[in-house]
This record gives sequence, C-alpha cells and structure tokens, in this order.
Amino acid sequence: MFLGTMIYALINSAILALMAIGFNLTFGISGVANFAYGAVYILAAYASWLLLNLTGISFWLAAPIAILLSMAFGAGMYRFVLLRVRGQALSEVIATFGIGLAVLELFNYLGLVGFEYTLPVLIDESFMIADTMVDMQRILIVLMAGLLVAGLWAFTHYTRLGLAFRGIAQDERTALTLGMDSDRIAMLAVSFGCGLAAFAACIVIPLGSISPSEGYEVLIKALAVCIIGGLGSTGGVILASFLIGFAERLTDAYISSHWTMIVSLAAILIVLVIKPSGFFGRQKELEERI
Amino acid sequence: MSRLNQRRERIDRGIKARAGDVFALCSWREMLYLLAPRLIPVVGFLGLPLVLDDYWQRVLLSVAVFALLAISWDILSQSGMISLGQSLFFGLGAYCSGILNHYFGWHPLIALPAAALLGGLVSTLFLLPVLRLRGVYFSMVTLIIPLMLVRIVEATKIFGGTEGLSGIAPLPSKWVEMYLIVAVLLGVLFGFRRMLNSDYGLVLKGIKDNDRSVINAGINIYWFKTQALFIASSIGALAGAFMTHVYMFVGMPVFALDYSILPIAAAVVGGPGTLAGATLGAVILVPLSEILRGIGGLRIVFYGIFLAVFIVGLPEGLFHYVERKYHQFERWVEVE
Amino acid sequence: MGAAPILEVRGLYKNFGGIQAISDLSFELAEGELLGLIGPNGSGKTTAVNLITGFVKPTKGDVFYRGRRITGVAPYAIVGMGIARTFQMVKPFYRLPAYKNMIIPLYSPRVKKMAGGRYGDRDAVALDLLEEVGFERDAQVAYKTASALPQGYLKRLELAKAISLQPDVIILDELFSGLSLAEVASIVPIIEKLGMEGKTIIMIEHRLKELFRIADRVVVLNYGQKIADGKPEQVMESDAVKKAYLGVDA
Repeated sequence: MFLGTMIYALINSAILALMAIGFNLTFGISGVANFAYGAVYILAAYASWLLLNLTGISFWLAAPIAILLSMAFGAGMYRFVLLRVRGQALSEVIATFGIGLAVLELFNYLGLVGFEYTLPVLIDESFMIADTMVDMQRILIVLMAGLLVAGLWAFTHYTRLGLAFRGIAQDERTALTLGMDSDRIAMLAVSFGCGLAAFAACIVIPLGSISPSEGYEVLIKALAVCIIGGLGSTGGVILASFLIGFAERLTDAYISSHWTMIVSLAAILIVLVIKPSGFFGRQKELEERI
Repeated sequence: MSRLNQRRERIDRGIKARAGDVFALCSWREMLYLLAPRLIPVVGFLGLPLVLDDYWQRVLLSVAVFALLAISWDILSQSGMISLGQSLFFGLGAYCSGILNHYFGWHPLIALPAAALLGGLVSTLFLLPVLRLRGVYFSMVTLIIPLMLVRIVEATKIFGGTEGLSGIAPLPSKWVEMYLIVAVLLGVLFGFRRMLNSDYGLVLKGIKDNDRSVINAGINIYWFKTQALFIASSIGALAGAFMTHVYMFVGMPVFALDYSILPIAAAVVGGPGTLAGATLGAVILVPLSEILRGIGGLRIVFYGIFLAVFIVGLPEGLFHYVERKYHQFERWVEVE
Repeated sequence: MGAAPILEVRGLYKNFGGIQAISDLSFELAEGELLGLIGPNGSGKTTAVNLITGFVKPTKGDVFYRGRRITGVAPYAIVGMGIARTFQMVKPFYRLPAYKNMIIPLYSPRVKKMAGGRYGDRDAVALDLLEEVGFERDAQVAYKTASALPQGYLKRLELAKAISLQPDVIILDELFSGLSLAEVASIVPIIEKLGMEGKTIIMIEHRLKELFRIADRVVVLNYGQKIADGKPEQVMESDAVKKAYLGVDA
C-alpha cells in the first residue's frame, strides 16, 4: 500500500513537472509570464482530438501536429500582441491573461465536454508493481517527464539555440551586444513554452477527458510549482514538483483527499514567507536593476 | 489640397483657455464647462435610481459594485501592482461580513465597514511577502489564492461549505441599499482621485515608474505599497461585503473569476491610470454584459478579447480619448 | 588630528557569482572632505558606492557612518541617516515637469525630520532648490517637462534631488560625464558651496583635471582593489596608478 502511494506520488510529481516546465522556460528566458498557458494546453488537446476524429489519422501523427500548431499559436501571440507591449511587464500580463481567458471561455461556451472528448492512451496495458496496478500511460508519463528534463538540459547546454536561450536568460543586454536577437529569442521562448504545454496535454489528457476548466487547473498548478521552485529555474521546478506531488499524494492517502489543496496553499504561503522568490529562484539584487 | 506640407495641430479649445483661470467665474458657460464632467456622474448616479425600474436598478447596483472593484484594481495598477484576483478581496470581504452577521449577529451597517477593513487586512497579509518581488509574482499570487480558497471551502466545508451561509440580514431598505453604494462609490471616486493626484499619489506612481529613484529619495517603497494595497483591498472587500447583504447569502461563488475579470476589463477599456476611467468602463461594460446575458459564457470571451485588444491597441482607454476631445481639437495647418 | 571619520569602509569584499568586483577595500573619510574616487572603467567605483549606500550587500566587510555600523541596512534608511547619492544614468520621471520631479525626495521622511516635523510648501522649496543649481527662474526652466531638458539640466536636477534631502554626505556618480566644459564650470561652484557648508562629498569621476582642482584627497581603484590613496598630485605620481590607467610599465 505504501509502495503504491509512493508510485502514485511519483506519477503525480511527473505530471506537475510536465505542466510547469513550459511556463517556467518561457519566463526564465524571455521574462514573459504566459498567462495563456492553460489555454494553450486545452487548445492543443482539442486540436489533437479534432485531427483524430475528423481526419482519422493516427495519434502518433495528430499529436506532433497539435504540438506544432500550439507553437505556431505561441509565436503568433508573441508577434502580433506581445511584441507591441514588450518590456511593459504589466501590460504583458494583462494581454496574455485576456487571450487565455478568451480561448478557454470560448471552449466552455462551445460546450465540448463529455466522455467522448478524450485522447487515446499510447499503449493500452497495465502492470502490477508490488501490489498496485499501474497502467502503462502513467509509466510513460514518468518516463517522458524524465526524458524531457534531460532533453532540455542537453538542449540548453549543447545546442546553439539552447545556449542562446541561456545567454538571454542570464543577461539580456550582453546577449544583445553579442548579436543575439532578443525579440526573436523571446518569440521562440514563448513558442517553445506553448509546445511544451501541448506535449504535456497530449500525454496527460488521456488519463481523463478534456474539459476547459482543466485549463485553469493547469495554470494554477504551473504557477504553484513555479512559485515554490523559483521562476526560471528548471531545478526548482523538479524539486517543487516532487515536493507538491508527494505532499498531495500523502495527504490524500493518509489524511483525506479534501486537504490536498490546503496543503498546496500552505506550501505556497510558507515558501512566500521564508524565501519569497522560491527555492532556487534568483531575486535580482537591486543593483542588477540599476 | 495636398497634405504634404501640412501638419496636424492639437490645441486647447477656446472655452478651456477661458475657463482656465479665475475668469471662469464670470460666465455661466465656462463654469458649466468645468463642472459638467464632475456633475454628470454625480447627477447620474444620484438621479437614475429614481427613474429606473426594478430590473435596471439592480443593474445600476451592479455597475456601482463593479466600478468599486475596477477602482480598486486601478489604484493597485497605478502603484505598480497588477491584480489578477480582485475576487480575492471581494470574496474575503463578503465572507467577513457574512460571518460577522451570521455567527455574531452584527447589524449589517456595522458589519459592512468592519468587513471592509478586516477583508483588507487579511488580503494585505496574504500578499505582503510578494511585495518585495517582481510584479509578476503579485499577479500570480492574486490569481491563485482565490481559486485555492474556493476549493478549500468546498473541501473543509467551513463557513457553510458548498451551501454557503444563507439568511444573512439585509440592509434596512431598498433605497438605503441603492444610495449607500452610490454614496460610497462617489466618495471613493472623488476622494481617492484627489489622493492619487496629490503628492502622495505622485510617490505611488513614482514607485511604479522608477522605484530605484524613490528608494534613493529615502522613502520606504514597501510601506507605501502596503498602504496602497490595504486601501485597494479594503475597497474591494467593501464591495463584497455589500453584495453579501444584497443577496443575503455568501458562498463559494464570491471567489468566481467573473469578479476578477470584469473589473480589469472595465479599467482597461475605460482608461487605466484614472479612477474616472475605471468607473466609465464599468458603466459601459456592466449594462452591456446584462444585455448580452443571453449569450452566456461568450461574454467572457469578449472581455478577454477586449482586454488584449485595448491594452495593446488603445492603452490610454476611452476616458482619456473622450477627455482629450473635450479639452482640445485638432486641425490641419500649413507647415512654415 | 583626532576627529573621528564620518564615513569608514573596512575590508569590503563583493563577489557577483564568480566575479570579484571589490576586494579588501578600506578607507576613511573625514567630515567636510571632498574625496575623489577614480579608476579605469570597470574598476568597481559604482559598486563601492552601491555597497556604501546599501543598494548592494557586501559579501564581507563593514561600512560605518558616524561610528555606527550600517552594513546591511536598507538603502532608504541609509538615506534617512544623511547619505545621499546620484546615479550615473540619470532617469528622471520624464513625463513630469522638472520641479515635480523634486516632489518625491521632498516627500521623504528625512526632509520632514530635518524641517522639524513638517513638510512645508513642497512646490516652493522645489523651485528654490532648482534655482540654486542653475535652473533660471525667469525663463521658467523648472516648469519644463523633464523629457524636454538637455543632459546638463538633467544632471543638475539629479544633484538638486540629492541636495533636497539635506544630507551630510553626498556621493556624486560621474556628475560631469556628458557635460560640456562650460556646463562643468558652472556646476563646480555649486559643489564648492556644498563643501563650504560643511558637507562631506565623494565624487566618482573620469574627468580628472576638473576633479583634481576641487578634491582634497583621491582614492584610486583598479580591478576592485585600492591601489592608491592620498592627495591628487601624489596619487598621479604613483607607478601603480600610471600602470592602471596607461598600461605602462614604469
């Protein structure tokens, strides 16, 4: 029983990490807090679903297309909306929030909810680990999360674009003087973040069905993980995902499922009081803003 | 006529120039020019309840409440804090007033101001840790907390849980309800407008514009931000407390996203940076939202689109545009 | 002599994630002195000032003001104690008129304290202060929007903001940079007057000729370390200083 709880806690952490990584990446690189993140997650899910059910192509094709579409959406959002308010953090927040809202509520209005709105699992099998039944999809989630983190690490350390990302994240001005186009990189950062959201949607949604209110849930979870882990730090996202993932699962198993949200909120409040910028967050010292 | 050797010139209207000095007192026309912008909302809000039917009176009530939330948002935004969760203040105020009345039997007219201050205090305490961080954190936390509070109330069933607290005492009469909120709105609008235009307001705006400079002037910016937060959240809490007594009920819906979104849309559309703009936005959007009630959730889609479009395309908002037209006119002149 | 130094910096170190910006910096400042803080670009002059004024916390070491340890005190509080500074990149509130820019420092608790508990007419004080630093009252320059003013006036505005706080120590970060010789010549008397009023002044400067005419003492930094400390003429004779500025092996 205990082992089962641990396994599900791990799975929960993986899901959280998958959801938060895109948001964290976008913010860490371009400083843009993409409040339309949850909307992109749902958008990708519906796009996949449409491709699957209207054109009959296999999921292995539909998912990548959906991911690409989301990336295009992100790039478009940056090019046509965010670019005009670049630098004014407050306007960026409102703009992305407005877009995210419009998209999610549109889906809500269209009423595309129900059991038939779901994405297929990749491999339909289950395993017995110790005395718990675990389905393949969940195991896949953990694997994918791990691969994603490793892949991102490799990307940002070994490819030109990835290194450019890190450069801009560290010091935008210097990067500019070295010829990196900060606007182009920011657009890519938003686009990548959206792509990661889409990726997460494609593997996590199969566990249930698509519902627009899930979009808000995803945004909340991503924000919670980023606040605790620290905006801009991948290590922080991992740590925070584990923390919240395990805390939630353990609360659910040993206290009651009602208290999981309280635990998360308490965790956020405690972190805010002790180390407001999150575990690995770097709050820029005043002089860096001078 | 070729526009190549012409330019557009924008100058004050004659009446503005004449009304700009003590000579305005010599003429009724000039005095009216100065007073009209201030009289319109006052006369409007005080007079409309007398001529509207019940349904539209309710709408006016709603306008006043959302105007207060929009003003609260605008005060925060002028101090450099973008709140994505006005429903936090609204909800906390609503619950405080409901609890004071339901469990302690306080009379609504006493519970109201108490709940406003208490709600403001709790909100400020929640947000105190993030005041030192980048503005984005403030937005994130204001977004999350009300959404989490809803789930907590649902899960732990405190304060009535999913059913909420009903049987909350109403205000003495329909007219008291109406004129109380109108009086509060006008008081808040003109009073805090004055405050924001004073030197104190200048410091707040300075904090938003260039906080390093304000720190360098020996001012504790976090204390000032805390003050602005307390003021704004108390106004929001007051709105929430008021509605508790209008509906005679308080429950999870008070933390609904609607109470967060509409005020932002109202302030952004009406004119960010002015309380009058926020009020104007509410006056436009709330009745519009009522008329469009038939299309249900599609309204919020429009709010979202409005938000994005206005903040990018017309950041000055409608109020500034109208104000400019009122005071100045444009014409083409020859380039010398 | 025996009078305690008004400002003392002891063994300051500052490390920015791998870059040692300041190493073992120590010096004293007597009341009423005008100290020049010079050194090649990137030698840590502004960082040193940031450390003194609390905008940056040192990795090691202490700063003492009137014998009291102020390391780690919040910058706004340090201003309240009487140390004011200007910034190298002037960033006024562009959309406001020049005199309105002065309102914020005049709203400072320090001003209230120095005026005995009341603020007084901020607008009038602002106009007076601006006139003192050279904003011609007849031409109503003080009423012009900050975005319309040339650099010389903006620098003076920055100086006026510091003076308005009635500090005992004023730190000027490259006040002369970007100014013409005439503009510098017109600002120097204002600084001299501050000195005569008994204020202690630190000036970071690259324009050494103008600085050496008014400085009592000079501290030279190179790569975050102090390489010379003494009268201007003595310091410029030092081999270490010549090497730092000119790269010449003397």
